[in-house]
Amino acid sequence: MLRVHSFESLGTYDGPGIRLVAFLQGCNFKCLYCANADTIELKGGKETSAEEILGMAENQRPFFGKKGGLTFSGGEPLVQAKQLLPVVKALKEKGFHICIDTNGSILNDDVKEVLQYTDIILLDIKHINNEQHQFLTGKGNEKTLAFVDYLAEIKKPIWLRYVLVPGHSDKTEHLHQLGEHFKAYDNVEKLEIQPYHELGAHKYEHLGWEYQLKGVKANTTEQLNAARDIFNTYFKEVVIN
Amino acid sequence: MSKIKEAFVNGSWNEQVNVRDFVQKNITPFDGDSSFLSGATERTKKLWDICLEAIKEERANNGVRSIDTEAVSSIVSHEAGYIQKDLELIVGLQTDELLKRAMKPYGGIAVVEKACEEQGLEVSDRVKDIFRNYAKTHNDGVFDVYTDEIRKYRSLGFLTGLPDNYARGRIIGDYRRLALYGIDTLVAAKKADLQGLVGPMSDEKIRLREEVAEQIKALIQIKELGNKYGLDLSRPAESAQEAVQWVYMAYLSAVKEQDGAAMSLGNVSSFIDIYMEYDLANGNITEELAQEFIDQFVMKLRVVRHLRMNAYNEIFAGDPTWVTEAIGGKLMDGRHKITKTSYRFLQTLYNLGASPEPNMTVLWSSSLPEGFKKFCAQVSIDTSSIQYENDDLMTSTRDSDDYGIACCVSFQEIGKQIQFFGARTNLAKTLLLAINGGRCELSGKTIVEGIPALKSDKLDFDEVMANYKLAMKDVARVYNESMNIIHYMHDKYYYEKSQMAFVDTNPAINLAYGMAGLSIVADSLSAIKHADVTVVRNEDGLSSQFLINGEFPCYGNDDDRVDNLAVEISNHFNQLLCGLDTYKNAEPTMSILTITSNVVYGLKTGATPDGREQGVPFAPGANPMHGRDKNGAIASLNSVAKLDYKNALDGISNTFSIIPKSLGADADIRNENLVTMMDAYFSKEAHHLNVNVLDRELLEDAMENPGEYPQLTIRVSGYAVNFVRLTREQQLEVISRSFHSNM
Repeated sequence: MLRVHSFESLGTYDGPGIRLVAFLQGCNFKCLYCANADTIELKGGKETSAEEILGMAENQRPFFGKKGGLTFSGGEPLVQAKQLLPVVKALKEKGFHICIDTNGSILNDDVKEVLQYTDIILLDIKHINNEQHQFLTGKGNEKTLAFVDYLAEIKKPIWLRYVLVPGHSDKTEHLHQLGEHFKAYDNVEKLEIQPYHELGAHKYEHLGWEYQLKGVKANTTEQLNAARDIFNTYFKEVVIN
Repeated sequence: MSKIKEAFVNGSWNEQVNVRDFVQKNITPFDGDSSFLSGATERTKKLWDICLEAIKEERANNGVRSIDTEAVSSIVSHEAGYIQKDLELIVGLQTDELLKRAMKPYGGIAVVEKACEEQGLEVSDRVKDIFRNYAKTHNDGVFDVYTDEIRKYRSLGFLTGLPDNYARGRIIGDYRRLALYGIDTLVAAKKADLQGLVGPMSDEKIRLREEVAEQIKALIQIKELGNKYGLDLSRPAESAQEAVQWVYMAYLSAVKEQDGAAMSLGNVSSFIDIYMEYDLANGNITEELAQEFIDQFVMKLRVVRHLRMNAYNEIFAGDPTWVTEAIGGKLMDGRHKITKTSYRFLQTLYNLGASPEPNMTVLWSSSLPEGFKKFCAQVSIDTSSIQYENDDLMTSTRDSDDYGIACCVSFQEIGKQIQFFGARTNLAKTLLLAINGGRCELSGKTIVEGIPALKSDKLDFDEVMANYKLAMKDVARVYNESMNIIHYMHDKYYYEKSQMAFVDTNPAINLAYGMAGLSIVADSLSAIKHADVTVVRNEDGLSSQFLINGEFPCYGNDDDRVDNLAVEISNHFNQLLCGLDTYKNAEPTMSILTITSNVVYGLKTGATPDGREQGVPFAPGANPMHGRDKNGAIASLNSVAKLDYKNALDGISNTFSIIPKSLGADADIRNENLVTMMDAYFSKEAHHLNVNVLDRELLEDAMENPGEYPQLTIRVSGYAVNFVRLTREQQLEVISRSFHSNM
């Protein structure tokens, strides 16, 4: 059984086309700006069977059109790789397109098998600088970078996703460093800039946590465009979500 | 014979009145994209500016610019009226002045008097005298005959919005006939029909003979109306401009004679296109001029007005006229019906700006060309002014490819079939009868006899369901009785002769019933079944509140446990209605549609077992209740798609509102996703979808600064309204609805 926090049946930002997005409960990171802070806690979520998810996917199949499908997000979906495996396997057998939205910090045998049934990895890269990564997420970025190497090895398409946090992850030098690091990977198909917003901040209050990025404002259009221009020199396709 | 007629492919349409055959033989389906379209000409802009100025005055003057309190409106009651004559390519107004409203007292004189009084005016003594002392109206007739039981159902809110003090509308004349045949041929055909209607002289036969005689008189008056504008309507149209003009004159006669709640236009665009193609091919007109004809036609349709009293606004908010035009669809032979004129109609939403009228309805089929689908999605995203209906479902279920949409969502075969409008009944309030031993939960009056008291205040699903079925049976019976009376009297005192003149003699009839409160009923039954629900009763023993312990699935989340209850109840109620005898042997159909009456229905309904409090508005149409759809927009669409069209042949209305960003990150993706969504929704045999693509903040701003949003349009249940013409209460209700947002 997968522990699911919630579903969004009209997912239009988590992979190609219209997608059924399953937000799985639990994350091994604790990003300061997490928009789904209520999915971080490792316990909880609604126990959901593969059949249930398969049923939802079948009901939604016409809406997926030629491009869409399912995306497992979270939380960190690969925390539940063992439970996720039979789900993606069954979905793949039925011909569904599958994306996994991950921070890339977990790579074990279950994860490797899950990847076999996955079409695109939406890889959240929080920061190219290890210290900054540590500050923002509570963990280093070594595992994530190694994960990308593994994906290159198995030739798995990647969409990089980068949250542009003003004052924290938008420095010009860091953007160039990130571009330099990833430009060599053929399997990186595009990079999506995720604008920073405070929409998730109210959840912190609810959880009794302090929102540490208080006072950080949403990106200006200029900031977003400047980042895009830099990334454009390294990646085939750059979009602002 | 005119040149244009020589160019047409002949068929049975030459021998008999059969516009469908003409369209089939002569249509040019268009597979291209929108790049050929023209913008508004200077002339169009000038003319529309005059209209906008007049509309502004109208809004500033309590929603009414002026009223003619002297003349009783008829096809020929007023002299020719113009917006500005030298700029007009398509002429004709309902009265002699732009936005001047006319009195149509045959529905009921009291309503006309009230509407005038509310504007500080008085109906002329002559008209008062005639309608108070000599002429009988539809309203008089109905109330002479209504039973006490019907009056009780009506006043307590079990039946609401019945067309007993206003005109029923819904009938669509085949206005194309005037262009294709001209008056003289149509008169000859009706005279031949009349000659064939011979004994034995039963009630039915006598009535029909009188109706056809009335239709002939109307046709002769329509010719006279043409004369006032210098048009020779006795003959067929001979050019594109005339085709548009003739169709409009036929429609204009209808809205001069009648003030029906909804007076649809039909499906004229594919017909007009045949004339456009001829004139374009022969160099008689340019694309710019072709567009101008349609822009000016649409402009005229936008300024159609009826005289209404303020209370009317409760059930039909925003002064709607439902000039519904059905665009697209496909022919039985597999060809689609998208023509360049389909595009030209939608293009008016750019050339003249967004607008609720005419009520543009795209008949969506999986086989429509991609270019057209994309254009529709774009227009929806830009203007929120289009609704969509499932052509594949309707053509296969109703067996016709020549149909229009009556009012909001209802199929009507053009020229072959009409409808009797039936407003709707409140099935949520009916559910409370099951819990209160057949008594109205607010007044305590006994509505249905023989409903046993519940054994326990902790609700048992089977017990409630058994009682509910008893209650529905009686409600269906009383509803049917009221309908038969209303339509008998409407035929007798306010017969639609000018519209029926463009319909076959003795057409098929649908009796269009309706139900409201489906989502409340489904969620209530789900709560009773899946959670523990206890009734709290007041001192009179009536339910005043429900205590719910535990969780229950809500309609709108693609969950069969509750969605199947919605299906079961709507099917059951429809079957009850289908078992009852009808006036003129009309075939019963039912809609799941509320217009804006979901607000007033809510007001008249006590607390319900789903946790809804007394007075809270229902969700509109077949929509899930606001905020209860937790799994996003597609799951919500999937729930509604499960409702069975065969048991709701009058239509299943679903209003979908989404913020632009939720459709995707950029314009191309949004467009593509919206097309995919509609293809998918309709592939699941869903019937109807209103599409709003709007930011909630925009609506809030429009509420505060209405002057800056004169044309802001939003789709509600089955039609569209100028947002700024809604009352504040209705505006708040619209804003409180689910705006799908996945951000």
